[in-house]
Amino acid sequence: MKKAKPRSARADLVETLSLSELSVFCDTSDNWVVTLVEYGVVNPVARTATEWEFAPPHIARARKAARLMRDLGLNVAGVALVLDLIDERDALARKLAVMEGYAN
Amino acid sequence: MVDTALYQALGIPMDASADDIKRAYRKIARKYHPDVNPGPEADAKFKAASAAYDVLRDPEKRAAYDRYGADWDQPRPEGGPTGNTRWRGGFAFDEGDVNADAFRDFFGTAFSERAMRPDQHAAVTITLEDAIAGATRSLTLQSPQIDETGRMTLQTRHIDLSIPKGVLPGQQLRLAGQGGGGADLLIEVSFAPHPVYRVEGRDLYVTLPVTPWEAALGGKVPMPTPAGPVDLTVPANARQGQKLRLQGRGMPTAVPGDLYAVLQIVNPPQLSDAARDLYRQLARTDTFNPRSKLGV
Repeated sequence: MKKAKPRSARADLVETLSLSELSVFCDTSDNWVVTLVEYGVVNPVARTATEWEFAPPHIARARKAARLMRDLGLNVAGVALVLDLIDERDALARKLAVMEGYAN
Repeated sequence: MVDTALYQALGIPMDASADDIKRAYRKIARKYHPDVNPGPEADAKFKAASAAYDVLRDPEKRAAYDRYGADWDQPRPEGGPTGNTRWRGGFAFDEGDVNADAFRDFFGTAFSERAMRPDQHAAVTITLEDAIAGATRSLTLQSPQIDETGRMTLQTRHIDLSIPKGVLPGQQLRLAGQGGGGADLLIEVSFAPHPVYRVEGRDLYVTLPVTPWEAALGGKVPMPTPAGPVDLTVPANARQGQKLRLQGRGMPTAVPGDLYAVLQIVNPPQLSDAARDLYRQLARTDTFNPRSKLGV
């Protein structure tokens, strides 16, 4: 193990990622991202002929899809369903949290 | 003493077949995957199972583990798995590692081409307070390097990461030029659960308990905000679960989020004699029937 000198760096908020940046971030291919868009798992900001851009919530969703597909052996249709069901479950959990509140 | 920790992580006996191992791993992965089941306990179970599966799915590694236990991957003169096999590729960071073997197992070529170079990203978990005020975090990154003798070594780098204020959960941060090969390093931000506030997008929610008489009469009640307590005006005859908005008191994003108080009407654990008398008085005089829709 080599040790390198500490460096400090200021991080910038990501506004959008391009199709190829997103595919690198997800350790996958451009085609895979295109398939995610075709299944409606993620949506680009503006669908122009030249370049797609993806906003942070969609970037996070694509990463999640990549991890789930990788770890659970899902296909795109399966991961689309899983992500929708997780969203529904989280919405219900939030409602439940409000109802239970501090009562217990 | 026989080491069975890896078998225990998958909940299988030592004589489990290769199919049993795969089945056990898949079942645990489905149940405890951090994206399905958030929380440190599930995460720990998933990681333990992944690490165990990494070894037990490979007959050679499994045989070495059965023989040598936890030290199975230490270099041995008689040959066998070498120390380097423990390295699984990629950046190791705060919480988590990259399970490249499982990756390839399921995905073949679609993912594996890049599976050995996921050195463009990391993850960091911060508190809500960090996100509101901005914070500095020390990030430890490990990336594989080939040294002059051709051996794989892990180079450790520390980066003091300055997190800008107003970052939201699921947001990504970009560190220019800090990734592998001079590329940008992208960092996923997640929030540790907060005891008081729930974060939804740029809005914050707090469940605010009020007494039945505060809800009935309305008036000012103290409530917490990230900037310190304020007096919230509760309307008279407030409902259970009613949402009251404090505009601009949510996350300090470019367009600031809102803070919502969700009212929770709470009875005292024990009624005082005076309160009981007052309730009796109310019961005698008020004619409200909350069960009229039930026909009773």
